[in-house]
Amino acid sequence: MIQLSNVEFGYDKNRKLFNGVNWQLEPGHLYGLLGRNGAGKTTLLKIMTGLLFPQAGDALIDGEPAHKRTAQQLSDIYFLQEEIYVPHLKIKQFEAAFAPFYPNFSHEQFVEYLREMEMDNMLGFIDKFSHGQKKKVMIAFALATNVPLLIMDEPTNGLDIPTKSIFRKIMAAYADEQKTVIISTHQVRDLHSLIDAVSILDNGRMILNASSDVITDKLLFDVDDQKAQDGKVFYTEETPRGIYQVKENVNHIDSALDLELLFNAAVQNKQEFTELFK
Amino acid sequence: MDFKSTQTIYRQIEHWVYEQILSGAWKPGERAKSVRELAVAFEVNPNTVMRSYERLQNQEIITNKRGIGFFVNEDAPEKIHAIRKKEFMKEEVPEFLKNMRLLGIDFNEIVNCE
Repeated sequence: MIQLSNVEFGYDKNRKLFNGVNWQLEPGHLYGLLGRNGAGKTTLLKIMTGLLFPQAGDALIDGEPAHKRTAQQLSDIYFLQEEIYVPHLKIKQFEAAFAPFYPNFSHEQFVEYLREMEMDNMLGFIDKFSHGQKKKVMIAFALATNVPLLIMDEPTNGLDIPTKSIFRKIMAAYADEQKTVIISTHQVRDLHSLIDAVSILDNGRMILNASSDVITDKLLFDVDDQKAQDGKVFYTEETPRGIYQVKENVNHIDSALDLELLFNAAVQNKQEFTELFK
Repeated sequence: MDFKSTQTIYRQIEHWVYEQILSGAWKPGERAKSVRELAVAFEVNPNTVMRSYERLQNQEIITNKRGIGFFVNEDAPEKIHAIRKKEFMKEEVPEFLKNMRLLGIDFNEIVNCE
C-alpha cells in the first residue's frame, strides 16, 4: 500500500538528507521507525503523507504519488504529529468538524478511548488543555478514524505514567491484519512489546526494515558472562549485569529482541545488515 | 511481567498459559482467553500472542474452533506436565546444579532444606 523507492530529499541544496530511501510497508504490522536525532524520521513521514515532495524517486500510496493528495488518499491516512496543532474548539466540536473526513470513523471508539484516558469529562476548549491532555484527545481521535495507515510521531512523549500503560493496552487492541501502524519514537522502552516490525533510518538510508520474527531469526540477542567465541558478533556492551551481545544467529536459537541493542548493532554494521536482511 | 529478560515474550506468555491451566484457573474443555484479550492484558502486539497460541496448538494444549475461539484440551494438564518436566530437566536443573557447585552446596543440604 505504501512504497518509497529511491527517495531523495534535502532542505539544503548542497546537503542531501536522503540519498535513495527505500521503504515498503505491509499491513498487519506495527512498525517502529527508529533513528538518531536529525536522521529525518519526521521528514520521511511528511514525504510519505504528501506534505513534502521527494526531489527524486517515488512515494506511492496505493500506487499513486503521495503528493497528489487525493481525497481517497487523505481519508486513508492519519498522521499524528509530535507537535500537535489544536484549534479553538471543544472536543465535541472538534469531532463534528473533522470526523466526516474519515469514512470509518467510530464515535463509539472515540468516546471509549477518551474514557480510558480519563478525558471524557473535559468540556472546555482543547487549546486550553495541558500538552498531555491535548495529546490524549488527538490520540483518541487518530485511533477512532480507523484508517488503514496510522502514523504517530512520538505518541508517548508528554503522556503521564499511567497513560503510557493505557496507551499500550489501546494499541494492543487496535492492531489488526488490515491496518498498518507506524510509530516513530526514541522511547523504545515504552513501546518495545508492541512493535513487531522495525525500520531504522540512518545517514540518509533505511538500513534495516524487517519484522521482529525475521530479525530474531537472523540475530541472536544474548547476555552472557563471557564474550562469544563462535560466529559473527555485531555488537557488544559490557555491563555489570553481564555482556550484552548481538550475534549472527547461526544455530537458530530464539531470543528476545532488544531494540536498543538492535539499533546500536545496526548503525555500526550498515553494510553487513543490508546484506543479512536482503 | 519484566520483558527485559532474555526469554522471548511469546515464550513467557506460553508459560503463563501453562500456569493458568496447571493451577486450574483455565479448566479443560473451557474457552481460553482470546488473542486480543491477552494482548491487551500483557500490553503486547496481538501477533506475539498469536505466536504463543500457535505453539500451544502444536503442543495440543489448546484447539482453535473456527469462528468461536480457542479451547483448552481435555488432556492439557498432562501434556503440560510432560513439557514442563522436560524443560525443567534440560534448562532449570543444569542452572541449579551450576549454582550448587558455585556455592559449594551438597545434596544432603538440599534434602534437609525444608
